[in-house]
Amino acid sequence: MKRRSLPVMVSLCAASALALTACGQAGQGGGSGDGPIELTMWTHSAGNPAELEVYDKIITDFNASQDEYEVVEEAFPQGAYNDAITAAAAANDLPCLLDMDGPIMPNWAWAGYIQPLDLPASITDELLPTAVGTYQDEIYSAGYWDAALSIFARKSVLDANGIRIPTVDEPWTIDEFDAALATLQSAGYATPLDIGAEDTGEWWSYAYSPMLQSAGGDEIDRDSMLSADGALNGPEAVDFFTWFQNAFKKGWTSSAGTIGNQEFVDDEVALSYTGVWNALASIEAVGDDLLILPPPDFGTGPKIGGGSWQWGISSSCNSPEGARAYLEFSFKDEYLAEFADKQIVIPATAGAEAQSLHFKEGGDLRPFVELSQKFALARPETPAYPVISSTFEKAAKDIMNGADVQSTLDGAVQEIDANIESNDGYGF
Amino acid sequence: MTTLTRNISEVRRSNLGERQLRRRRRTWTYLAMAALAAFFLFPLVFMFVSSLKPDGQILSDSDSIRAFLPVGDISLDNYAGVFDRVPVAQFMFNSIFVTVSIVGLGLVVNSMCGFALSRLQWKGRGLVLALIIATLIIPFETIAVPMVYWVSKLPTLVFEDGLLKYDFGWLNTYQVQIIPFVANAFSIFLFTQYFSTIPKSIDEAARIDGAGWFTIYRRIIVPLSGPAFATVAILTFLPAWNSYLWPLMVVQQEELRPVMVGMQYFFQLNTAWGEVMAYTSMITLPVLVVFLAFQRAFVSSVAASGVKG
Repeated sequence: MKRRSLPVMVSLCAASALALTACGQAGQGGGSGDGPIELTMWTHSAGNPAELEVYDKIITDFNASQDEYEVVEEAFPQGAYNDAITAAAAANDLPCLLDMDGPIMPNWAWAGYIQPLDLPASITDELLPTAVGTYQDEIYSAGYWDAALSIFARKSVLDANGIRIPTVDEPWTIDEFDAALATLQSAGYATPLDIGAEDTGEWWSYAYSPMLQSAGGDEIDRDSMLSADGALNGPEAVDFFTWFQNAFKKGWTSSAGTIGNQEFVDDEVALSYTGVWNALASIEAVGDDLLILPPPDFGTGPKIGGGSWQWGISSSCNSPEGARAYLEFSFKDEYLAEFADKQIVIPATAGAEAQSLHFKEGGDLRPFVELSQKFALARPETPAYPVISSTFEKAAKDIMNGADVQSTLDGAVQEIDANIESNDGYGF
Repeated sequence: MTTLTRNISEVRRSNLGERQLRRRRRTWTYLAMAALAAFFLFPLVFMFVSSLKPDGQILSDSDSIRAFLPVGDISLDNYAGVFDRVPVAQFMFNSIFVTVSIVGLGLVVNSMCGFALSRLQWKGRGLVLALIIATLIIPFETIAVPMVYWVSKLPTLVFEDGLLKYDFGWLNTYQVQIIPFVANAFSIFLFTQYFSTIPKSIDEAARIDGAGWFTIYRRIIVPLSGPAFATVAILTFLPAWNSYLWPLMVVQQEELRPVMVGMQYFFQLNTAWGEVMAYTSMITLPVLVVFLAFQRAFVSSVAASGVKG
């Protein structure tokens, strides 16, 4: 049996090899070279129909507007997106156009995944500063929108407890904020403030590092981008994290809730430190009683995190000029306004703000525009940011759980500095 | 007579006592088993029940017994939401196709390898078996990235302009989700071990009757190794169905993604918990069906192999 089947198999293999030799390689000769150049585009928006709807519209309009390029979109779920990009980079299979979360941009630029954006200044100059991603003085990414955090409260609750309503020009001082929390706790709110500490990952750096910056500290020395020493473990940082630890100790806030804004909607907490994306649902639930307040001033003025999802062009893009043509086309006020209203995020241009239902002058979500313009601060634009962010989260969680503040911050500084040093300063 | 009556009544009493004791013991055993069954069923019940509730109610019910009861605002809205957000049928087809292929091909390839290692006499088979077993200590995550690079360079056949052509790169294909997982060191080890327990004299008798090695494998060894095949099928099915990291890295087109990657679609800025529960209910169903269909084989195979998932 073996002897009979062997020649058959050899013949089959030989025939297959001959057949393959007779065939050409795909993409070589006889191809459709006359058609438009295909521009692959990856987004993190899978599972988000509202966002995809706007992208589909922009792509359809762009493809119909010319016949030189054709944009083909592929959507990934957000939680898996960065891993997919890393794997594609390893296989040299990155798409032409890709979106990225603002703070990861310097790392991808440093790793060679993306190239300078080179969009006309007439476009980038019009955008919110935090919607433009800069690394080593070059613009690598630009976004249609930004997000903003604020403190949600009920006017009736603050009035009933004699608590002053803060404004953008006169935010709560940290002493006022502490007094308000103590008053609300006495008034029956077991945990008066929801700061989202049950969440994980980038949220910790995005939400709490602005408080640290407001107190005078930071995640890294932004002048050199080479060390966190003094910024993350200096006296200002120790003061802030001591407050942070005490807020949990005193029961002013907790990490036991559920992610999202449900506790505020259910009036289980009086104040909620949350984002613009939760505003519409809160307005629906609370109505005119809802207040959108600036975060407290920890010493150097309130701060909120800036820099969200933005667009870039990969280094391996076969037609960067086509990718630029698409991006230039896409940064139209009408698209940005539609995106902002569907996704409930702040449009990146003044023109789009004016066209937006929610964010125009007098719009129900207009306060977020003011918060963003006045208090937004981008996270450190360094390739070390992923390490900084994860180290910050770990240290802040340890402190929340009762660890010694100074030694925990010293350990975090050591970890960040060691990473920067082992990567030769990441080009700084 | 009086003594006899007394003895009979004592025996009756003692039998009655034993029966009562046995009954009581059985009652306690059943109670303990019921409690354990309820304990293990709670997550599944919570999942199915929550899939029928709106997000707000899932959270508000979560700290009471209501979390396990289909009460309140019950509807199939979350299931409708799942279909709006995720191409469920496509993902389900992909997972079934990939899983069935891996299991089917894996049974053939690994059993033949186990047969060669346990029944055929050739130099170095001990060393080969040791090397295969040694690969078990390498976690998949450590070789995932080099594997992505490797599969992106592999040759493949494509139809272009009506012609069969060759190209390079397996990314975005079904085969990249199947082929790397067909040969499996643990399956080979299980087959080798099981085949070794079948007396070699059977081979010799078959050889005398003129059977070749393939005939011996197909006609004798395979029919005698049902439990081994069941074990390997089940142990291959579960990781193939639950596969997440690899398809995430090598499949960029939505139409080729499996169900587990679809889970991530629900984790946006605010998580749609009701839809998460509806989706997990839907993708758990095939696993439950397979488990219930092969319940006996599963339990006996776990006992036989000393391995549990």
